[in-house]
Amino acid sequence: MLTRRLAILGACLALPLLTQAAPAQDKSIVVASTTSTQDSGLFGHILPLFKAKTGIEVRVVAQGTGQALDTARRGDADVAFVHAKAQEEKFVADGFGVKRFPVMYNDFVLIGPNSDPAGIKGTSDIVTALQTIKAKAAPFISRGDRSGTHAAELELWKAAGIHIPKEKGPWYKEIGQGMGAALNVASASNAYVLSDRGTWISFKNRGELDIAVAGDKRLFNQYGVMLVNPAKHPHVKKDFGQAFIDWLVSAEGQKAIADYKIDGQQLFFPNTNEPGA
Amino acid sequence: MTMRAPITDVPIVLDAVSLAVRNVTILDNISLSLAAGAPTVLIGPNGAGKTTLLRLAMGLVAPTRGRVTRGGRSDTPPTRRAIVFQRPVMLRRSAGANLRYALKAAGVPRADRQKRVEELLALVGLAGLAPRAARKLSGGEQQRLALARALAKDPQVLFLDEPTASLDPAATKSVEDVIRAVAARGIKVVMSTHDLGEAKRIAGEIVLMHRGRIVEIADAATFFGNPATPEARRFVAGELLV
Amino acid sequence: MPQDVSALQLVLSGDPALFAIVRLSVVVSLSATIGAAVIGLPFGALVALTRFPGRELVVVVMNALMGLPPVVVGLAVYLMLSRSGPLGSWGLLFTPQAMVIAQTILIAPIIAALARQTIEDLWVEYRDELAAMDVGPAGRVATLIWDARFSLLTALLAGFGRAAAEVGAVIIVGGNIDGFTRTMTTAIALETSKGDLPLAMGLGMVLIAIVVLVNAAAWGARRAGERLAQ
Repeated sequence: MLTRRLAILGACLALPLLTQAAPAQDKSIVVASTTSTQDSGLFGHILPLFKAKTGIEVRVVAQGTGQALDTARRGDADVAFVHAKAQEEKFVADGFGVKRFPVMYNDFVLIGPNSDPAGIKGTSDIVTALQTIKAKAAPFISRGDRSGTHAAELELWKAAGIHIPKEKGPWYKEIGQGMGAALNVASASNAYVLSDRGTWISFKNRGELDIAVAGDKRLFNQYGVMLVNPAKHPHVKKDFGQAFIDWLVSAEGQKAIADYKIDGQQLFFPNTNEPGA
Repeated sequence: MTMRAPITDVPIVLDAVSLAVRNVTILDNISLSLAAGAPTVLIGPNGAGKTTLLRLAMGLVAPTRGRVTRGGRSDTPPTRRAIVFQRPVMLRRSAGANLRYALKAAGVPRADRQKRVEELLALVGLAGLAPRAARKLSGGEQQRLALARALAKDPQVLFLDEPTASLDPAATKSVEDVIRAVAARGIKVVMSTHDLGEAKRIAGEIVLMHRGRIVEIADAATFFGNPATPEARRFVAGELLV
Repeated sequence: MPQDVSALQLVLSGDPALFAIVRLSVVVSLSATIGAAVIGLPFGALVALTRFPGRELVVVVMNALMGLPPVVVGLAVYLMLSRSGPLGSWGLLFTPQAMVIAQTILIAPIIAALARQTIEDLWVEYRDELAAMDVGPAGRVATLIWDARFSLLTALLAGFGRAAAEVGAVIIVGGNIDGFTRTMTTAIALETSKGDLPLAMGLGMVLIAIVVLVNAAAWGARRAGERLAQ
């Protein structure tokens, strides 16, 4: 009888869970976004505002940019919100997205140990900093996970004239994980790492790390949002999804983004109306 | 409307029965008739096939050659026969629950079960032990409980495989008393034993087995007083049969 | 969730967000345990009590599947439930239901294999007596399951413990969505990767407390079983 009672108890507890309204009918959308955006805490700030206004619940699945776009390509999300312009434009060109809207930007910073083995702390030229790191074989952590940050990092190596896949050495470690994990590893091994400012500000496990290089225009990181194309995936909740996009680029949404601060610092700079963003 | 003849298992007739397992002959051309009446006692050295013969007569194993009929039919369900194994296994419940289980399996209506449990426990001298965990009873008590469980079926035939083998003299006596009482009520008892004294006390009919065969069948007085075969004479004299 | 509140404070204060995460973990793993029991107990009993060609191989495979890596199960279920997959029209990816499905698949072999062992051992003991009492197949199964109930309960608790402690399957099929599919284990993974170690440890304490409770219950079940069995 004990097992029977347990079964009934379990079924009662589970019933509300298992009989939730089928996802297609409830007022929600799935947004594929990136771990760095999620980790910055931005969503925790702006999504409740959106829900209060429209009643739509936004469910964010946070992955690396490459993974997020794959999820959107498969139709497992309604909206994609990432920061890799070239990949986003290809996403739309290939017919998976309807239209790309720029939303905001934040910047990357090069984080490094206080001991500064490459001697680059305080400089404002990211390209020479990277060249120096390679020349001195200073330890460097790469996310290596096809994320927007990873893509930006590779672009910067290219701008420095270094073809990193061929020219890396044991000083360059790819961990295949998100920003927080990369910062953890860098903190533990006193290495350099490229991070978005938002994740860095919220990161608590700093150890001996601090900002080494910042402010270079090449470190700016543009975010774009796209509705997954209902022509390719008919089940996409296009009305709710478009409502979210419309809100993000509206004056109200842009202000909500600007209002998000950690330790008094603004992390994201809304720029939906900036030409060429 | 035709009246269905009540199922009767007696007499149990084994006709040229043999049983071999993986080329080893355990029973060899056995012909035996177990008729209603006084108890039939199987005796013989270890490995003679007594246990197998009991299990076969009960219907737990089928012969590889020959036929078994019960009450003239070859395929009766075991409703009217019961067996107590040499090392009976108690269900992981109380003594009373074990008996209730057997009563339920025998089709006794729920309302009558409690009364029958008390009667059966009293019969085997375990009155008042109904709530005790069956597996925590002593060896002798478990043997008697197994006997009560077999009797729960109200059987026509009761097979007992060395029922007093692991019991002390006091417990042996009380079990033998129950067996005699049960036999006196008309139940056909078929049992095996190592104890020649017990065989004398209980039988009826003695069946001496040796290496899978029946050596001699006789009533107790004749067997012990004037055995016909040389093996029987040696066995009664206490010599080992090899 | 507030970021600068100490872990212990959060746990002790009964913070609603924390409670929601714990509740989701328990409900998902409990539902999976029930589902796995519904599948695994009859299957284990069937294999224990019947003879068929290839039975030994089935037993070996059942035991081997106990070690299914959670991430592999997660990946397989993800591919099935993705919109581009065969069951995409169900729209279950990134929902708690998907997590229940994945964990059910993960622990069903554990329950089936342990049930098979328990029932088979008891069957060896009971076989002669049940045959002598002419108990039919349905009665035999019911008797074995009832008499072995404490050991079977231990098997269920083992399944629950495995489900509650795993992160690989639920994070892949659930997506670790804040307030929707975030369980204790996925939250710990997230907070650790964000460097918020005190919070991760607070969640870890709750998870360990639950695991200890489950093991204590299993111990209690074994003791109760022993008291009745011997």
